[in-house]
Amino acid sequence: MTREPVVGFTFFPGCSVVSTAWESNHSLLRACEALGFDLWELPDWNCCGSSSAYVVDQELGFQLTARNLSLADPAKPLLVMCPRCLHHLRHVHLALREEAGRRRSLERRLRRKIPKDLEIIHFLEAVVKHGLPRLEEKQRRFLNGLKIAPYYGCTLFRPPGLRRQHYYQAEVENILVGLGARTVNQCFSFHCCGSFLSAVLPRMVVSQVNRIMSSAQAAGAECLVTVCAMCQLNLEIRNTLARPLPVFHFSEILALALGAPDYHNWFARHLVDPRPLLKDRGLIA
Amino acid sequence: MCPRKRKSGNSKARPANLLSYPPYPTVIVSSGMGEFAAEVIRQSKTNLNLCFQCRSCANGCPFVAAMDYPPNVIIRMIQLGLQQQVLESQAIWICVNCHTCSSQCPNNIDLAAVMNTLTTMALEQGMRVGVPSILDFHLEVLRSLENYGRTHKLRIMLRHKLATRNWFEDVDVGLRMLAKGKLDLFPSRVKAMEEIHRFFAPFWKTCKP
Repeated sequence: MTREPVVGFTFFPGCSVVSTAWESNHSLLRACEALGFDLWELPDWNCCGSSSAYVVDQELGFQLTARNLSLADPAKPLLVMCPRCLHHLRHVHLALREEAGRRRSLERRLRRKIPKDLEIIHFLEAVVKHGLPRLEEKQRRFLNGLKIAPYYGCTLFRPPGLRRQHYYQAEVENILVGLGARTVNQCFSFHCCGSFLSAVLPRMVVSQVNRIMSSAQAAGAECLVTVCAMCQLNLEIRNTLARPLPVFHFSEILALALGAPDYHNWFARHLVDPRPLLKDRGLIA
Repeated sequence: MCPRKRKSGNSKARPANLLSYPPYPTVIVSSGMGEFAAEVIRQSKTNLNLCFQCRSCANGCPFVAAMDYPPNVIIRMIQLGLQQQVLESQAIWICVNCHTCSSQCPNNIDLAAVMNTLTTMALEQGMRVGVPSILDFHLEVLRSLENYGRTHKLRIMLRHKLATRNWFEDVDVGLRMLAKGKLDLFPSRVKAMEEIHRFFAPFWKTCKP
């Protein structure tokens, strides 16, 4: 049997993924091991500015993001986990490619080159582009028809060039179905969870989150899978439904299907424990 | 046979641009674009004048209920030059940049960029802030960024709840998150902090809310 060549990436984790959503990061590393992705963490990365820097001072957000780009190795694609970070990184990279003057002045300031041709991809895209042949070969657990509502959230695949770029809709469904799950699609998959308003206007966010989750329940889903750590958190802490559905990170489901052994560490960190459901489906012991 | 042929010959003789014939008089509503609108268009790199008020943005916006003006009205107000009303509105602060409006807009107007431009302008011009608690939250995030280069959620939330005097709001959520280890007690830091500080120096100089 021939082994597929290992694919190398520079990995940009982002603030949420290293703290609040530690389980997302950990399961991502497990999934990447199985898929043959080699990850090097971007050395000394900083926050891309989140929502806040762009609201208060766009130039500040732009520079914070550009610093991350200047640290990246142009030879390897930059793998990003957080949709908002991805959006900022792509947006700034596009802008710097078009505005040579701005790029040069930032390069002088940082005393580093900002790579002009850098592929910036989300983990989901990386799985679709490089991981599919391995996915079948490495699958250890079949998802036994678990009914999943895919939840993309708002920012992922609303590319910065808007209609100039490719949308990766339905890829989560394709992968989950390939792993043996069933997906429901009559729910608010692209509805915004409220992002930072969760901290400031909790009442508004509660109504949005309840809407999203009850739409998934009405469509017959047993759980939700999301690609955004922020969405996962908001869906868990802000829903006030009597019987909330568990919300998985996409990387968790993927790593689980690929046979990762340390899933208890991840699921113990969920506010809505998904283990009863998975046990019921015979997926975990 | 013959009349038809002649007809097609006649239509060929018509001028190519039908609108220019007969010559309609031009209606001048105002002499040129207002300064405010021009500035917003320049800074956001978005052509607001493509908006034909179809209201797709307002219908799609998940948080339009919390806004004082829906996004399409904000655009109209910019075009009409209602600078102070726009910059003091709540809508520009409530926008979370989810891009639902931008992706639904038939004319591809990047409304999120417009909203970010407006909040930045409101701060630069010292306008009354529409939703002070939201600005306070953003500034807490920036203080965390300035100190560590990354966000430290526990500190941001504690300081924000203290500053807005919502002492007990979300205590239960906070405790549940702490119990699950979702709020780190100590921040993760960037090593080359001098690079981050250099970005922030001009910011605090120009923007003292």
